[in-house]
Amino acid sequence: MSDTLVGFDEVLTRYEPVIGLETHVELGTASKMFCGCSTTFGAEPNTQTCPVCLGLPGSLPVANAAAIESTIRIGLALGCRIATWCRFSRKNYFYPDIPKGFQTTQYDEPLCTAGHLDVEVDGETYRVEIERVHLEEDTGKNLHVGGATGRIHGADHSLIDYNRAGIPLVEIVTRPIPGAGAKAPEVARAYVTELREILLALGVSEVRMEQGNLRSDVNTSLAPIGSLEWGTRTETKNVNSLRSVERAVRFEMRRQAAVLDAGERVLQETRHFHEDTGTTSPGRSKEEATDYRYFPEPDLVPVAPDEEWVAKLAAMLPELPAARRARLSEEWGISPTEMAWLVNAGAVELVSDTVAAGASPADARKWWLGELARRANDAGVDLAELAVTPAQVAELVGLVAAGTINDQLARQALDGVLAGEGDPAAIVESRGLAVMGESDELVGAVEAAIEGNPDVAEKVRGGKVQAIGALVGAVMKTTRGKADAATVKRMLEERLL
Amino acid sequence: MSTLSRKDVAHLARLARLAVTDEELDLFAGQLADVLDAVAQVGKAAVEEVPPTTHAVPMTNVMREDVVGPSLPREIVLAGAPAAEEGRFRVPRILQEEA
Repeated sequence: MSDTLVGFDEVLTRYEPVIGLETHVELGTASKMFCGCSTTFGAEPNTQTCPVCLGLPGSLPVANAAAIESTIRIGLALGCRIATWCRFSRKNYFYPDIPKGFQTTQYDEPLCTAGHLDVEVDGETYRVEIERVHLEEDTGKNLHVGGATGRIHGADHSLIDYNRAGIPLVEIVTRPIPGAGAKAPEVARAYVTELREILLALGVSEVRMEQGNLRSDVNTSLAPIGSLEWGTRTETKNVNSLRSVERAVRFEMRRQAAVLDAGERVLQETRHFHEDTGTTSPGRSKEEATDYRYFPEPDLVPVAPDEEWVAKLAAMLPELPAARRARLSEEWGISPTEMAWLVNAGAVELVSDTVAAGASPADARKWWLGELARRANDAGVDLAELAVTPAQVAELVGLVAAGTINDQLARQALDGVLAGEGDPAAIVESRGLAVMGESDELVGAVEAAIEGNPDVAEKVRGGKVQAIGALVGAVMKTTRGKADAATVKRMLEERLL
Repeated sequence: MSTLSRKDVAHLARLARLAVTDEELDLFAGQLADVLDAVAQVGKAAVEEVPPTTHAVPMTNVMREDVVGPSLPREIVLAGAPAAEEGRFRVPRILQEEA
């Protein structure tokens, strides 16, 4: 089934979007939520399970103190109220990725409520209200066998790995966000970006989206402009990159507008996002909350964070990204708008780390927002996913500053880094990229350029000094960009003037 | 007297992934209604000032330190599985849950 789409700008002439996000974050604890099994990523399947996380009879869960502490810290960073008493609940449903027949989660008594997060898009601040932050456990991983690899369609059977089952998972739910209009896709992305920065600053999760540490469900609805009621929302599940968050909202707005234009109703449903096409397709119809038959988990006692503990955690919060950005803007001498570019590109930490590794703030920004952003965009990945580290970028910048290579050669060295050939200095060596000194080869190239272009040389001799550029270009061409333009210019001048 | 429709029972059976025959729907509707009636007796005894209780012992904050302990060897984990393949639990195709 292919969806009819309305042009994005046209959607906005008739409809007002409302978005909402539910973000799941795998905490970076050493052990699982309710048992001592390791949480190490990438272990052999089913080697990190035990009677508790497999839900074997007679096993008793005990809550991981570090996970509760991390959740409270997240709540505090988002300005939430921290519950003085709350319980875990059982969410009952049968699906092979939950071995127990229920997920231990929090239902009507979340650990944190009523917070907010301000995000900035194009100089405009949008306040995203946080409804709740609660703690639950992750599910196992399904591998669908037969049919297209990994996809459920046409699968003959599924294979389950429960290593991930029981890893502490924090769910952060926003209230509906109206009023973003054309900026709705970017606000969604900016929110997840900012949330990720906060989680990184708190050190509670590795938040590696490609490993599924952070997964967002994106809710989107449209209502006719001026309507007092909001439209029916769809929930696009497991959107796994910042770029995709924006694409998912954009696609759903365009698709839903076409449905509404046709006089049909948008179905309240779960949809799946497809990274390759940037489209969504319908998933299972949403279960009613009552179908989950939530009830308080009898095997776990209530959590009652005492005031003193919460106050201590609040006092120990690190500098949060918004404050950090204000400070860095000042240190780097850039405007809030320039800082916003860095934020939207997901480059603040990358630039900061590059500066820490020895590059100047201006050079670090130039590379991350210029050449590297272009390559990330070409490859369709987020900046942080590029196979280059801030230390390598700093090394590259250092080589340029020292005159070992020029910008053009630096881009070739970067090709090597991204191809996994090693660090920049080693690649400059192995690929022979260093700028040519005043070698015999360069002298030969300079003299050949003069001899090969006698009319240009004559013009320069006659006083048309700017004509020298053509000769510099000729030398750069014969040396395939390895010569230093300023050196070449000087050598030409020595011979002609 | 509680009543439970055949539709309710069919819905519960579906949530529990149980295949139930038409005759069983009638049988279970009656039996489940009896169970509900029995549990409803508690409602008569409870007084309004007593908050709903989920634990017999009034304890809070029982937690463990975030320390890794031993997991079960995989052969033992998979020994209880009806079917296993490539170190994983093998389950029938999951129907109509996702696309």
